[in-house]
Amino acid sequence: MKFAITRAGLVRAGVFFLVLVLVPIVGGPGWLLNTLTFTIMYAALSSSWNLIGGYAGYPSLGHVAFFGIGAYATAIMFNGSVYGGYAPFLMLPVIGIGVALLSVPIGWVSMRTRADVFAIVTITLLFITQTLAFNLKEITGGAQGKSVAPAPFDVATYDWPFYYAMLIMLATAMAISMYFRRSKIGLSLATVRADEDKAHGVGVRVTAVKLIAFAVSSGLVAMVGGVWAYYVGFIYPQFAVDPLITIGMVLMAFLGGRGTLWGPVLGSFILVPAQEYFAQAFGASQLYLIAYAAVFLVIMLFLPRGILPSIAERLDRRRAGAAGAARDNAAAQVAPMPPSEVKVVR
Amino acid sequence: MSENLLEVDHLTKRFGGVTAVNECSFTVQKGTITALIGPNGSGKTTVFNMVTGYLKADSGEIRFRGEAITRPRPADLYRRGLSRTFQQARIFPELTVEENLVVAAGYNSRQLFGRRVSDSDRDRATKMLGEFRLETLAQLPAADLSYGQRKLLEFAAVLMSDPMLVLLDEPTAGVNPVMIDAMEQHIRERHAAGVTFLIVEHDMQLVMRLCDPVIVLDQGAPIAFGSPDQIQKDPRVLEAYLGS
Amino acid sequence: MHSLIQAVILGVLTGGVYALMASGQTLIFGIMKVVNLAQGVLVVLGAYLTYTLFTQWGVDPFLSILITTPLLFLVGVGVQWALLRPLHGDDVAQLSLLVTFAIALGVEGLLSFAYGATLTNVQPSYANFSWTILGYQVSLVRFVAFVLSLVVLGLLYLILQRTKFGRSVRATVQNPMSAQLLGVNANRVSALGFGLGAATAAAAGSVFGMLNSFNPGSHYDLISRLLTIVVLGGLGSIGGSVVAALVMGVASSVVSALASPIWSDFTFFVVLLLVLLIRPRGLFGARTRGAL
Repeated sequence: MKFAITRAGLVRAGVFFLVLVLVPIVGGPGWLLNTLTFTIMYAALSSSWNLIGGYAGYPSLGHVAFFGIGAYATAIMFNGSVYGGYAPFLMLPVIGIGVALLSVPIGWVSMRTRADVFAIVTITLLFITQTLAFNLKEITGGAQGKSVAPAPFDVATYDWPFYYAMLIMLATAMAISMYFRRSKIGLSLATVRADEDKAHGVGVRVTAVKLIAFAVSSGLVAMVGGVWAYYVGFIYPQFAVDPLITIGMVLMAFLGGRGTLWGPVLGSFILVPAQEYFAQAFGASQLYLIAYAAVFLVIMLFLPRGILPSIAERLDRRRAGAAGAARDNAAAQVAPMPPSEVKVVR
Repeated sequence: MSENLLEVDHLTKRFGGVTAVNECSFTVQKGTITALIGPNGSGKTTVFNMVTGYLKADSGEIRFRGEAITRPRPADLYRRGLSRTFQQARIFPELTVEENLVVAAGYNSRQLFGRRVSDSDRDRATKMLGEFRLETLAQLPAADLSYGQRKLLEFAAVLMSDPMLVLLDEPTAGVNPVMIDAMEQHIRERHAAGVTFLIVEHDMQLVMRLCDPVIVLDQGAPIAFGSPDQIQKDPRVLEAYLGS
Repeated sequence: MHSLIQAVILGVLTGGVYALMASGQTLIFGIMKVVNLAQGVLVVLGAYLTYTLFTQWGVDPFLSILITTPLLFLVGVGVQWALLRPLHGDDVAQLSLLVTFAIALGVEGLLSFAYGATLTNVQPSYANFSWTILGYQVSLVRFVAFVLSLVVLGLLYLILQRTKFGRSVRATVQNPMSAQLLGVNANRVSALGFGLGAATAAAAGSVFGMLNSFNPGSHYDLISRLLTIVVLGGLGSIGGSVVAALVMGVASSVVSALASPIWSDFTFFVVLLLVLLIRPRGLFGARTRGAL
């Protein structure tokens, strides 16, 4: 029963989040909390992307558009003041729901196409958003960018609220991911990914589940964007709608294993620290880009399904003995019985 | 009295310059096991695809349960009681056998947010799997099934919605003889329970002992219609299969 | 009215160059079902090669095409052989898409390393020369670029129609399975096809470098336009992409002249979304939905 909530699963999630909750309190070097905040941010983004890209098999390359919209929403609303410091966090659900609603018509148009064209259409979404951010100067500040008013937090624990906000976003994304898996939404999405035509043929509400997944995924990504804008304090078009953010989400899900609960998290906890390390080690951003591309290629060529599914497959093979026996028994039952006798048996 | 469950009226479909289905008209009466046979390329599968909403007809009309289907869509038709299987046994390999049945059972928008496999889902699926003697495989991924078992699974799955009319596209192609007998048996049982069938099949012995009436298609249009005996004696049928 | 016609002329001339880039991309898709996200970076690479040949050795930018095209042809063949052919798994199409994106990032990184991020362009002595015909300005470079694009497109057409390789390509595009059964070597066709696609990018790149200022990051602008063009034209249809490129070229040039240049790219995306709304397979694309 791989979709039931098992005790082992609960313990795993409990330990994981407990450790992360304790990190700021226990303390550590200054860079740790910063790196961890971005790691958790990408884990949240990648887990959200996974809802549509992994479970439904619709690889959106434009999710950074929603991230950027969330970021700009925060920057525009809290440009002058952050009202005590916590107001931007409290606005997040509004941003999430707003962007989710906005994404419904977008998803409806783009998901009329299939996977490869869909990827292209969503890329154009990225460019549309970037162009808008540049051109709507009165609202976004254009190329000059837009800043969020500084947060009045204590210097010693300045990072904490942002860190915990990201952590809550990750927990939310993972909870929704878990819920999808355990509900008929996940079941329906799995049929869409495997064979959309056949799914139509057995009455699956294909359009509805795709739109649900797309909207929830977009809304979550926008909320993470809102936290991010507040944290970095200043955004401009190429920064907030950066193709590398999109690629980050996708790549981390691919590395850990798309369509799994923990895959995107695992991918983020490997790649973001690695990224930071590259940036430190090579300094120059050009080399960083090359290293990033190289890692990317290695994953695609050698781990196309991702880490977790590859491990699961290996474990399955070990269990296959038992399963195979069960199947052979069943086959023996079905096969050699002539139909006349079948009646008698029933 | 007999009642027309499915009426196909002057259906036409062209692919490029080739007319695959040409002014094709026939009916399927309620309570029958109707066969649709014909040489390769005679348009049988194309007709299936149009009737089930996978392909848009260039012209002509399809009526199901007396109502014209103006915008044929597979999901809508399925929910209205018309289901089909595919030649290559299309199942969802990553889902378990049980889930393959649950997903085909149909659920409303509210149930969409409910449990992946609820207790009542499981009861229904178990009952169906029992009928097809697949119950021991319920929790295996469907990918682990043999080809014949996949065909049975696909058949069982489309029955989960209690359809009125089931279209089977070559139910016994590529399956061993024993499995053919099993498949025949399942069709007969379901037929006895009130389901109407329209079957495309190449195994003529099976068609002749299972189906009545038989429709013969050649070059996209029916050339003969009647009981198996009549069909076997019809010179046009012989010519279509042997000639040209 | 005058400015409108001027904009149309400009749009057609620019559209011709985009048609060249897009034809390579759609050819690659037709053969391999791979959406090549590196097409834009290959154009930029071609532009930089032309730039180096021009500034270091004084090679005329138009003539440099004779050097850059074979060079990028080899690069294309190498990329297909080393990075795309070994891919395996359930969804090779998605993986290839991402691999080409990685290639784009890697080449962008290499170019930034070699040339830095400042904008450059290729300025031969005749760069600013233009004719005035009936009161309309036609720049020499744009005109020659347009003619050149037509010539290369014509060559591509001849290769596809008249050679054995071309027949294999067309067979593969129509039905990969039966093409293989007929003895077409799919790997070879894919490698040559990718090489040919890259070669068109090189030819377009030489021209692009004279018409635009560019830096290694320019490929994002290019690929966004190219993708809308090939999707609009219907993936895999070369004729469709030529028509789409001209439509897009004119539309964005007109918007740029009548409204504002900052909205010209935006027209690309809006046109694309409108078309997909009505016709998900693009203008000339083969029907894929519901195919059984």
